[in-house]
Amino acid sequence: MNSIIKNILRYILLVLIQIFLLKNMVLFGLNTPYLYILFILLLPFETPNWLLFFLSFLIGLNIDVFNDTVGLHASACVITAFVRVSITSITVQKDNYDSDPEPTLSIMGFRWFFFYALVLTLTHHFFLLNLEVFRFSEIPATISRVFISSLFTLTLIFIAELLFFRKKQRK
Amino acid sequence: MLNLWRFISKYNAFFFLIIYLTISFVLLIRNNDFQRASNFNTSNQIVGSIYQEVNAVNKYLNLNLVNDSLANENVMLRNRLKSSFLDDSVVTQTVVDTINRVKYEYILAEVVNKSITSRNNYITINRGSKDGIKKGMGVVGSSGIVGIVWNVSENFASIQSVLHEDTRITSSIEGTPYFGPLIWEGKDPGIVTLTDIPNQLDLKLNARVVTSGLGVIFPKGILIGNVLKSGVKGGGSFLDISVKLATNFYALQYVYVIKNNFQSEQETLEQQNKESLNE
Repeated sequence: MNSIIKNILRYILLVLIQIFLLKNMVLFGLNTPYLYILFILLLPFETPNWLLFFLSFLIGLNIDVFNDTVGLHASACVITAFVRVSITSITVQKDNYDSDPEPTLSIMGFRWFFFYALVLTLTHHFFLLNLEVFRFSEIPATISRVFISSLFTLTLIFIAELLFFRKKQRK
Repeated sequence: MLNLWRFISKYNAFFFLIIYLTISFVLLIRNNDFQRASNFNTSNQIVGSIYQEVNAVNKYLNLNLVNDSLANENVMLRNRLKSSFLDDSVVTQTVVDTINRVKYEYILAEVVNKSITSRNNYITINRGSKDGIKKGMGVVGSSGIVGIVWNVSENFASIQSVLHEDTRITSSIEGTPYFGPLIWEGKDPGIVTLTDIPNQLDLKLNARVVTSGLGVIFPKGILIGNVLKSGVKGGGSFLDISVKLATNFYALQYVYVIKNNFQSEQETLEQQNKESLNE
């Protein structure tokens, strides 16, 4: 129950930050951070797949509605959710933990979380920006946007995670 | 059957991916269809009113930039007043003018939301079909061109800005007869490219690029920007001219929607031409 409320609040907060604040932030030309994917990253491990995909689609569509890009963020988020399922099924053994683990920096440790966030952010940005441009001739420019935006997003993800860092013992 | 079910439930993530990706792509493609108005955008009533509330706060942050641009516009308009010209004619008489009817009307609107940093950018304004705004009208700011109206609801309208890959505004360099489409290459929100200008043109730096007046959307001579540099692309016979946009999209707060009173007449005529060609 507690976890549900926490995730709903996180959803609302991240969407508000994304559409009213981060949308207007620019770094070197056209690179904006997309911090809202932190919601998909931080959903608990025991979220069933159908819910994970539904929530990813929902938050993507929600951002889309405010950006006039229907289906764009939604498709990138759904792909991110799929990559998340693959990564967690490979790297996380649930038996090793006392309480139910969550994919946060404080519980899973820096190395795992960095890898996890890096792969998901790159996937999301790659598909988002390429689907948006949708032109082969602009791929080099788009790839550079993917990397700089990812750097920007990752920095913000780590700042957000360190702000809410809670020391928990890991077995 | 059981085996099939077992297969599906084992790889359920993949099937969810297929299902949701299909939904998103259908939405994405439908939305790209220029003819079909979608409900999922910022001209939507709920989204529009949320943005309007937030904009009430944001407005104060840009106030000095907006004031500057409005003051500049005032100076420009004052310079055009009849009283600021030397009048050496002796005869004065009142003439009732029945030939010059108003062709273009301007509707003031406030920007409630805008995007600048995407590949395809849109702007939402707080005027809609209630105020006489229709799809396809031109939009200008106080210093230059802004875009074309894209979707309209009762109280809001969204504008496809110049910074969009599908926007083509026919423009020319002031004082020359040549014209070409203006495109945005998606790198810098301050720079657009004017294409299809023949390369025999002796181009001067900082020459004014203005709307050509062809078509029904924009009147002739509205400032777009100044020539930044030009170059021939791949040995062709046309110049690709970089143009520094006059409109500062970051500080855009008030825009004017242009209503062409003779639009339907011109369009009907041009439609007739096409139909008689097809027969």
